[in-house]
Amino acid sequence: MAESVKYRKVYVGVELSVSPQGDVRPRTIIFEDGNKYQIDRLRQKCRAHATKVGGTGIRYTVIICNKETYLYEDDGRWFVEAKDIGG
Amino acid sequence: MERTILHCDMNNFYASVECMLDMSLKGKAVAVGGDVENRHGIILAKNYEAKKYGVQTGEALWQARQKCRNLVIVPPHYEQYIKYSKLARQIYAEYTDLVEPYGMDECWLDVSGSIGIYGDGEKIANKIRERMKFELGLTISAGVSFNKIFAKLGSDMKKPDAVTVISKDSFREQIWQLPASDLLGVGRATQKVLTLYGIKTIGDLANASPDLIERRLGKCGLMCIRYAKGEDISRVMPTDFEPPVKSVGHGITAKQDLENPAEVWNIMLSLTQDIGHKLRVYGKRAGGVQIDIRNNQLRHKQWQCRLSNRTNSSAIIAKTAFELFVKNYKWEYPIRSVTVRAINLHSAIEAEQLDFFGNAEETAKRERLETAIEKIRDRFGKHSIQPATLYRDIKMPNDREVELTMPTGLII
Repeated sequence: MAESVKYRKVYVGVELSVSPQGDVRPRTIIFEDGNKYQIDRLRQKCRAHATKVGGTGIRYTVIICNKETYLYEDDGRWFVEAKDIGG
Repeated sequence: MERTILHCDMNNFYASVECMLDMSLKGKAVAVGGDVENRHGIILAKNYEAKKYGVQTGEALWQARQKCRNLVIVPPHYEQYIKYSKLARQIYAEYTDLVEPYGMDECWLDVSGSIGIYGDGEKIANKIRERMKFELGLTISAGVSFNKIFAKLGSDMKKPDAVTVISKDSFREQIWQLPASDLLGVGRATQKVLTLYGIKTIGDLANASPDLIERRLGKCGLMCIRYAKGEDISRVMPTDFEPPVKSVGHGITAKQDLENPAEVWNIMLSLTQDIGHKLRVYGKRAGGVQIDIRNNQLRHKQWQCRLSNRTNSSAIIAKTAFELFVKNYKWEYPIRSVTVRAINLHSAIEAEQLDFFGNAEETAKRERLETAIEKIRDRFGKHSIQPATLYRDIKMPNDREVELTMPTGLII
């Protein structure tokens, strides 16, 4: 039987580009293990509740390696909802 | 033109924020509890699961634990509550500029001008409700009506995550059978008087004799009748409106009970340091002093007196407060909490009729001294200079860093 997937909030490093108008665009996510993930596309940006790990923030819907995922920015810190493999 | 007013109430606000931030609390009975060390060990808020066990706001933590063994009690995070209160108000502000807060978790919105753009009141309320859930992970209950009182009543009728409309055509059938105490403005004392005359429901109140009510309850009684009839015409104030300051007060619950006058004096002196500062910031002078003393049996009493000269001096306010205390307190029980308020505020630049035998000169001298002290504090910090006695442990609780604004009276 499939076990329900657990998620945890992981704060990540993010490389950004900022336009002269002040628009912020995340380009790369630097995960806690040091791995870098290139963001291929930014699909949507809105304020949203992180339903899997709690908290809220500006939610960026991003495409990384053909997979859609969410990246949140809250008070200057960035986080993702990471699958908790250990748990 | 008929107004459309919304009252949005964030359900179990403190507890909901805690559960939203920490998903591991989901489905558990959760309460936010004050700091036991500082003797604020009471339930400040609870979620619906805890409510099922009969946990009540205001009861001691140990009482709540007796009712619900698995109750998870978390400490309050006021900075988060303020943050989410602000974010909620940002959402409201997208629908109207008339947003009047009533405490941290409630707001009135006058959306009469936005109906052409967003649809009727119910539609707007539902939009806001959905957005709150999606964007902040919090639920609200909203009341939609043609005045503030009924909007507030509506938001209490269906909870959580719901909208109640009370229209001009149907309010009699909808709410007149509800208890009079559900109406904003009818508190415990008013309800007691009303019950004496057989006035139990909002409908009874609406049809009561104004003469009788005025005789027993004065102006406020007449106001309650108007509320019950749906004749409230008070405005929803704009977002940037700041209500005039009517009093400046500061109160604490001591770390341990206060046993003698000297200990009370220290606390009063400490409290009035902030009061003097705030009066200067607001550009006000006090014409009177009020104290509120609660003993360790949790019974409290209030006394007030006039000042011979208006002042913003911490020392004079402290001295007057202490004299008032010594004159009136009988020391039947030790004291748990002390509040000092500067009342009858006047603008600091307003001319004052001096008393021929008063000591205005002394007051002015004292104020000059305290202005100098204030300057030192501005430069070197709040605790850089203060009365020597306050450097000792005077049973003051540890500072609560976040200031909270609690609901003020509705009648303006």
